[in-house]
Amino acid sequence: MLSRIAESLFWIGRYVERAEDTARILDVQTSLLLEDATLDEHQTCHGLLSIMGVEDAPEHVDLQHVLAALAYDRTSPASIASNIAAARESARRARETLSVPLWEVINPTYRDIASGTFATRRSPAVFSWVRERAALINGTADATMTRDEGWQFLMLGRCVERADMTSRLVATAALASSGASDQWTATLRATGGYEAFLRTYRGLETERAAAEFLLLDRLFPRSVVFSLNRAEQCLDNLDAGTRAGFHNEAHRMLGRTRADLEYRSLSDVLADLPAEMERLQRTCAMATEAVTGRFFAGAEAKEWHGMGGGR
Amino acid sequence: MSAMFQGYGSTGPAFDEMFDGDTLRRPYLRLRESLAQMTTPELVSRVEALQAGYLDQGVTFDIGGEERAFPLDILPRVIEMDTFSTIEAGVQQRVKALEMFLADVYDAGEVFEDGVIPRRVITTSNHYHRQAATVRPANGVRVHVSGIDLIRDNAGEFRVLEDNVRVPSGVSYVMTNRRAISSALPEVIAEHRIRPVAGYPQKLLAALRAAAPAGVADPTVVVLTPGVFNGAYFEHALLARTMGVELVEGRDLECRRGRVMMRTTHGLEPVHVIYRRIDDEFLDPVHFRADSVLGCPGLIDAARAGNVTLANAVGNGVADDKLVYTYMPDIIRYYLSEEPVIKNVDTWRCGDAEAREEVLDRLDELVLKPVDGSGGKGIVIGPRASKEELDELRQKVIDDPREWIAQPVVQLSTVPTFVDGELGPRHVDLRPFAVNDGNRVWVLPGGLTRVALAKGELIVNSSRGGGSKDTWVLAGPAPEGLSADPVDLAALAGVDEDAVAPEPGAEPDIEPDIEPDIDTELDREPEDASADQPESAAEPVVEPVEAIPTAQTEAAAPPGPASSPGPALGMAEQEQQQQQQRARAPHPSRRTDATTVEGDLSC
Repeated sequence: MLSRIAESLFWIGRYVERAEDTARILDVQTSLLLEDATLDEHQTCHGLLSIMGVEDAPEHVDLQHVLAALAYDRTSPASIASNIAAARESARRARETLSVPLWEVINPTYRDIASGTFATRRSPAVFSWVRERAALINGTADATMTRDEGWQFLMLGRCVERADMTSRLVATAALASSGASDQWTATLRATGGYEAFLRTYRGLETERAAAEFLLLDRLFPRSVVFSLNRAEQCLDNLDAGTRAGFHNEAHRMLGRTRADLEYRSLSDVLADLPAEMERLQRTCAMATEAVTGRFFAGAEAKEWHGMGGGR
Repeated sequence: MSAMFQGYGSTGPAFDEMFDGDTLRRPYLRLRESLAQMTTPELVSRVEALQAGYLDQGVTFDIGGEERAFPLDILPRVIEMDTFSTIEAGVQQRVKALEMFLADVYDAGEVFEDGVIPRRVITTSNHYHRQAATVRPANGVRVHVSGIDLIRDNAGEFRVLEDNVRVPSGVSYVMTNRRAISSALPEVIAEHRIRPVAGYPQKLLAALRAAAPAGVADPTVVVLTPGVFNGAYFEHALLARTMGVELVEGRDLECRRGRVMMRTTHGLEPVHVIYRRIDDEFLDPVHFRADSVLGCPGLIDAARAGNVTLANAVGNGVADDKLVYTYMPDIIRYYLSEEPVIKNVDTWRCGDAEAREEVLDRLDELVLKPVDGSGGKGIVIGPRASKEELDELRQKVIDDPREWIAQPVVQLSTVPTFVDGELGPRHVDLRPFAVNDGNRVWVLPGGLTRVALAKGELIVNSSRGGGSKDTWVLAGPAPEGLSADPVDLAALAGVDEDAVAPEPGAEPDIEPDIEPDIDTELDREPEDASADQPESAAEPVVEPVEAIPTAQTEAAAPPGPASSPGPALGMAEQEQQQQQQRARAPHPSRRTDATTVEGDLSC
């Protein structure tokens, strides 16, 4: 498969996941701000922007500003609108390799943004719309794409992004709360895993249990460890046939980080959760670079420096 | 007459393809009968469904950065089997002659020695490339794909308006239009026997494989696109997908030791045939424009060494420029000892003294075109020009007669078209597509019909309010009277190997899907083109040629700010910022191709 196409597929996976997870995070935070009068809007918003990687936030930020930066504003690279547009742009570049049904769910999703319909949707309806579109895209991909290399890259992108975004979700929960178990409940709800969590821990709701569930649960598909595991599987499929060790730098990094999370004591991991989550996010970024170097580097065209036209 | 066509006013000198006065012409007998059962409101609702469908699926094109639905008229254009046989024969003849001409021009040059055409005409052409000299293509084919533009004159006779043997485009609409009309008018389609168009990608692939370098048993074919910003990207992607081959950009390719490789996740893999949709000038910075990032350095040398086949061949542009066009009838006679099956539009070369005299006499009734002009530059339409303009023109022609050709004002034929809730005559042209596999020139039954949607308008460009029509070539003789008898299949057996597949049921299961996002490169006019166009829609002054020339310059890829879908570029930039901010890797669109090549790409 062409390196350029592989790269596009990887980024479709990432962008769609990022849009979806951003919607999940915003969903939790906006409803918390509405429900919990004790929360300081300014502080929460600042924390949220910083966790989502928006750094040039002005002195005073309110919810309106956050929604613009993370949902509606197409000039803000972290916004849902930008991410969907970028996913569609990647899809356009890889269009001849995508299944037609897949393209035909990605494109109308983008059309909603381009036509301005998206901007008229308000929270929380807008967030469930994003989740539904993401589910439609992922489901269509799942149902129509052959499990070839392209699929592996799509999945790899999705899993790396999901690990990264779940870590941000955990960080937001750890950020504001300091004891507010509402925050964790809402976070679990945002991942759609609240009931599963309750069943798993038999109704025992603690911060510690919630963090454990979101980080380490091997069966919950949005947990960090689950996502890293899947990403490793994709890399394994891409580099099949190695008998000893791992030759792929990305594989090593993701594997090490996952093992590190799993084999350390929970208390140790939770001791400084925000820093731990930042480390995880850095791993995801470095793994992406390694994947790029290993599989997509060919996409970097050599430049021709001519001295003039033809002969 | 059915109510629907009541008050259809086909007046004026133009030939109407459906009505001869009040009499229905034969190809449309069955169409009118099929539509007779339909009321106008019903038709309106189907038009709405058709338009909504194209919009939903994103069959759109950009005008100044705004995505618009690509207009497809609901009423098809019908061409009878016999009529099309003539077109087919004419196109085949033309392509054969063009092939022989190109082979001669880039080799022995006998056509010059024998005085058919002055050598100067060729060597002074911007499209003459020495790089192509003495190169003998693997299976002798240089014009793998061609689009010979036709119009119908006032007597209804088809005429060649222009040859396109570089990178003719538009075939994707032929396929998407058929699918769209099949779902909009299923019962009408069912009552006709229409030759299918969906087989095009397979024919093309077979021709490309046949053109592979000698000794390559299982060639790797790729489609080379300037990139996603090109107006025809949709078509490139559709062709690659329906042929099942890779769609590559210049940066996906690398030349090593005279061979072309593509970068894959498993390293470099060889490429043998490149269906390139990039103009010559941008193919290879080593030989052509050094600032081009659309092509790949080394391509030309690899092609000259016979290690890769470029389709269409480099240098074909010498055969389809305005001046060579005027010699085409002689060229056909010279190589094939035949009379042209389809005539040219009458054209005078002002370089010939006799012709010049006549042209100067009739300056106020002719259209004058500079030989080198493209996109309508410098064209003077006699009946619309002021006395001062004519005087100025006269002086120019006298000063430099070789730079001018003259043509009479030609009407395009009209076909009923559904606009604003009613049927009216609208002007059309036709671009049949031909694929040459070395053994046979195959003509796609039908072709792209472009229609000027404004009343009286003769410019069929979609950027100027033009649309297209599904073009039906009937697979059997027209019904006698209004007989609804099914066509006798047996009688047709010998017509054509792929003639009689009924539509849409037996259509091959190749998916020329309606694609979101059609961009119409056909309409990438240089901006100044319109300045020279007749402004009034009502006056029958034609410069139909203007509708077409830019179709060839599709490699004029990167749109300026005006036509760029802003977000795409902006996205890349934002993403780069994002990369810095978040230390998270960016979008793959770190590309620069769209932005680095600037200036006049259309040459």
